[in-house]
Amino acid sequence: MGCIEELKYEVLLSRATFKECREYIKDHYREQYTVKPGYKIFDSYIIGVPPILIGVDNSHVVFPYTKPCHGTFLLRIEGPEEIARLRAVKK
Amino acid sequence: MEKEGIPGPKKALLLLGCPEVPVQMGIALYLCHRLRKDGWDVTVAGNPSVLHLIRVSDPARHYVDRITGLDRCMEKLIEGNAKPDLCLVFAHNDAGLSYAATVGSVTPSRVVAIIFGRNAEELAKTIEFPCETIVEKAVHNPLALRQKIDKVFGWAASKS
Repeated sequence: MGCIEELKYEVLLSRATFKECREYIKDHYREQYTVKPGYKIFDSYIIGVPPILIGVDNSHVVFPYTKPCHGTFLLRIEGPEEIARLRAVKK
Repeated sequence: MEKEGIPGPKKALLLLGCPEVPVQMGIALYLCHRLRKDGWDVTVAGNPSVLHLIRVSDPARHYVDRITGLDRCMEKLIEGNAKPDLCLVFAHNDAGLSYAATVGSVTPSRVVAIIFGRNAEELAKTIEFPCETIVEKAVHNPLALRQKIDKVFGWAASKS
């Protein structure tokens, strides 16, 4: 499994709940995708409470990332390939 | 090794959270003991600290059959390479519930969330996904939580 922490990321929300992450994405991004828990992004699996929303902000993806000891963070990471994959899955 | 046509023991997975709440490790070892006594094959998954605690607490493996890293365990569940019959997910924070929701979503197993810690009741109220729960505001003293677990799994001493 990959390590998201090794990528260049921006933290939009810290120690948030999945509901807060969902609301934030709903309020801030027009392009959104709903994925199931276990969806693979940046070679890591999303651990979370469904429905899990992923937002697209130009060339960046915005998604929740859970660390067992620290809670859930809403991250923004550049990922045109991940965006293309999300768009392809929706078609 | 499993003989052809003869099913092996049922598999139980205990998924532990960050070991910052003392009751977690005691309850986990207790569950391993009871489940093994009932013929279950038990695996415990956790972060490196959890695994070190188990190695130190149960060096001769009297209680725990096998241990695995949390990421590796989730990977196997998500990819369908591990199919436990029972998953017990320990949750004392929102992250724990996220793991319970994910396990419930990717496996057909019976999933029971053991919700404990100072804010157990408030935390349980935030659950928005189908899940069996055992809830107890336990931090240092595991007895009340153990009692609830005993009731759920039929281990409570009969009064008759």
